[in-house]
Amino acid sequence: MSESPALAIGGQANVQLKLTVNGEERAVFFPPYKTLLELLREELRLTGTKHGCELGECGACAVLLDGEPVLSCLTLGLDCEGRTVSTVEGLARDGALHPLQEAFADLGGAQCGYCTPAILMTAKSLLDRVAAPTRAEIREALAGCLCRCTGYLQIFESVEAAIVRLRGESGAARR
Amino acid sequence: MSRGSANRFGVIGVPRRRVDGRAKVTGQTIFADDIDLPRMLHCKLLRSPLPHALIARLDASAARAHPGVQRVLTGADLPIEFGILPVSQDEEALCGKKVRYVGDPVAAVVADDEITAQEALGLIDVAYEPLRTISTPEEALRHTEPRIHDYGEEGNIHKRAHFQFGDTDQALREADHLFDDLFFYEGNTHLPIEQHAAVGAVDRDGKLTLWSSTQTPHYVHRALAKVLQLPAAHIRVIACPNGGGFGGKSDIFNHEIVVAKAALETGRPVKICLTREEVFYCHRGRHPVLMRLRTGLTRSGRITGMHLQTLVDGGGYGSYGVASLLYTGALQTVTYHVPRYRFEGCRVFTNKPPCGPKRGHGTVQPRFAQEVQLDKIAEKLALDPAELRLAIVAQPNELTANWLQVTTIGLADCIRKVVELSDWKNKFRKLSAGRGIGLACGSYLCGAGLPIYWNKLPQSGVQLKLDRGGGVTVFCGAAEIGQGSDDVLVSIVAEILGLEPFDIRCVTGDTDLTPVDLGSYSSRVTLMMGNAAVQAAQRARDLLASAVARKLDLPAERLVFAARRVFDSADERRGMTWAEAVTCAEEMHGTLGTTGSYKPPPAAAKFKGGGVGPSATYSYTAAVVELEVDRGTGWINVSKVTIAHDIGRALNPVLARGQVEGSVYMGLGEALMEEQVFRRLPAKLSGALVHKFPSMLEYKSPTTHDMPEVVTALIETDDPHGPYGAKEVGQGPLLPIMPAVANAVHDAVGVRIDEVPITPDKVLRALDDQARGGAGRVGPSSFPAVDWPEPLLVPPPWEGGDGRATNDPERKRAAKLDPATRP
Repeated sequence: MSESPALAIGGQANVQLKLTVNGEERAVFFPPYKTLLELLREELRLTGTKHGCELGECGACAVLLDGEPVLSCLTLGLDCEGRTVSTVEGLARDGALHPLQEAFADLGGAQCGYCTPAILMTAKSLLDRVAAPTRAEIREALAGCLCRCTGYLQIFESVEAAIVRLRGESGAARR
Repeated sequence: MSRGSANRFGVIGVPRRRVDGRAKVTGQTIFADDIDLPRMLHCKLLRSPLPHALIARLDASAARAHPGVQRVLTGADLPIEFGILPVSQDEEALCGKKVRYVGDPVAAVVADDEITAQEALGLIDVAYEPLRTISTPEEALRHTEPRIHDYGEEGNIHKRAHFQFGDTDQALREADHLFDDLFFYEGNTHLPIEQHAAVGAVDRDGKLTLWSSTQTPHYVHRALAKVLQLPAAHIRVIACPNGGGFGGKSDIFNHEIVVAKAALETGRPVKICLTREEVFYCHRGRHPVLMRLRTGLTRSGRITGMHLQTLVDGGGYGSYGVASLLYTGALQTVTYHVPRYRFEGCRVFTNKPPCGPKRGHGTVQPRFAQEVQLDKIAEKLALDPAELRLAIVAQPNELTANWLQVTTIGLADCIRKVVELSDWKNKFRKLSAGRGIGLACGSYLCGAGLPIYWNKLPQSGVQLKLDRGGGVTVFCGAAEIGQGSDDVLVSIVAEILGLEPFDIRCVTGDTDLTPVDLGSYSSRVTLMMGNAAVQAAQRARDLLASAVARKLDLPAERLVFAARRVFDSADERRGMTWAEAVTCAEEMHGTLGTTGSYKPPPAAAKFKGGGVGPSATYSYTAAVVELEVDRGTGWINVSKVTIAHDIGRALNPVLARGQVEGSVYMGLGEALMEEQVFRRLPAKLSGALVHKFPSMLEYKSPTTHDMPEVVTALIETDDPHGPYGAKEVGQGPLLPIMPAVANAVHDAVGVRIDEVPITPDKVLRALDDQARGGAGRVGPSSFPAVDWPEPLLVPPPWEGGDGRATNDPERKRAAKLDPATRP
């Protein structure tokens, strides 16, 4: 997007916003009516974040805002000034998949893959808060994300496998 | 990754990360709406607010003048009709004269961005002349006028069918027991999380490309050629990976044609992504079906004959409806042995979004009826429902009464397995009050035997390209819809060539680059594409083997392809790397490439209408559902599902289990909560027939909290027609779930809910009825009078038949034989 003071649709002037996305500081010049979902997908070209309704019903657009899962379709871009957004694109580090990604790919946690980015990010926020959540806690954390393919069981198993892998990693780091 | 030692294969049968797994967990999978092209425009459709009306006037001049609007298209721009079936070419991309359901599109705006397009929709002035709304099948039968379509059989009847395989009436008359039950299966929808999207663009060389979230790129390709009047060779259709399909993206959709046309007219890429509300309008989901099922039995519980009637609510268009109708009758016979069978079916048009194929296409509704009725039969005859079924399962290699060829059948093993794993014997009729257990079975196609349009061509094609760097690329027209078809394709090629799946590149669902595969529907991909892949890979292997054998001076039969090497089975050290073998073969044969094709075996059924039902083989499933019913609220809490599926062979057990569990999940949704229902707006608001739930919040589907424990067993029957013996697994496991829930509810509280979904209000109504001394049943009470056509009389194989109808217009065949009578 150009930095010229061009007018957006409906005569509304574009606004500038600074936020941190996946650890990088970004300045975006964008139409103020856009949601965080649109900001990510259309302005920053981070199309890993999906949408299934844009009404806050399906959970497919979940990203982390200051570490907490939010529905990006119901979050105004303008409300993200100075805040930290994490999307699926930031999950892998230095070319290596996050243990959640490894587990979902290996164990059937992703079938069509459309709800997967949101579920991965929601699961990550759970694991950031609780080191070893129970199956009931995993269910509760993911209850807002609809998946029509898997029947959820392989998703639960993937999260549980990631917990084991993460524990192994942190154990290795201590040694 | 560790490999099972008992497995004689390197890749097949090994639990593995799917080949597209990495892309899906990194957000790198490009779905249709993720495509963003330079100069791209955006499209929105104006949809009818009325369910049935003539378009008296449409004025788009204000929309055309709106700043940022590049094009407005209306019916006149796309006058040629299309439809997925050759016999139902009844859809227009944009309705020109008439609308047939709330949501039928009448105009399209193409603008610089979505918001401008949306604004301009409001500037289009449409004057409608409302027609009487046909809301239900009963109304469709009662009111022959106004006709929703001017084709079909008569009035608002789209299609009727009537087959008699032997004298079923006599069989029912002479039976020791006759069961006569009515069932209703409510419609429901696929609800893929990805909304349909498509992008049309004119390439650098002037040809048209359409990217779409479609399960059937080949059929979309054909439809575009027809409607746009362009040579198919100048159109490229690319099926993006689907964010869930379940049958809902296997039709040809208005929006696909509109953006293709808009791209041609503007010379710029044009994208559309439907809103969730519009996805509900596109529908093509499960047909609501009213059923009457009469079954005759001997004293010991053997079926003597079966008579099934179905009244099928088609919605506003033909879609796959003729096939859907015939599928409500076709597969009753491949599960249990039915010596005589009569089927009458009728599909009507109504002013609702068109119904079509959803997971289990047309077979789910009568399966519910038969499995619930079998539970009633077992109760009346004091038989265990599992034992009753074990005694009547169809036999291996049975040619059924309606001329379907069974090959392997693992149904008895499936039943025994779920009985064992669920501890059925200690639970059925023995659980504490309010808790229940139910059993049901099912069967499904492994690919429809016939293509959608008549031809003698392969139904799946695979090409392999081998380059001297050792690279292998496999090409196939199949569409990856999340089910794992890319993984099936790659794993088979890797197995045969002795490579790792990661070594192989896979290009699928692109009509320019890949040979035709008919698409991801009817559970056809594993079997058909898989067999084509086997052939292509074996041919490549043979090319390499002949060259390596000459180089090493040993017989080609002694060569082993494994671990990325080609070597002598007698001496592993004598051999070469895969890349060396490819180079060696290129020296001998020139540029390396092979093809493979697959066509299912010809059907035994020769009667008209017998084209729906045949399949190379059938998959089988048995399931046991355990649940608890709250007598106070009617709430059903499913605690456990035990399921066994005859999969032939599990090519990748991780994915196979995912398909089974996904089917269980979707089945529980259909059984307990999902329904696509409609209501009339008050007269002062137009009186239109509208969706009760055109949103995901109100269309209930199971969440993480609703999913019970599932115990899955895969039964491997190694079918001779399947690649490595494999059958389908994407649809069959859904079939037993709904009736198993209904049967478990009966075991729990003694009421019969003869319809789905089995919602708490119905359970409470049945319990009330029971408390007042009634039958404790909720379900339909009558089947309307249908003017059935004369039956087609087809004697079963054991009554001397030859697969033809004895009363088929004889002259047709005679005319073919005698050239003199040809016109």
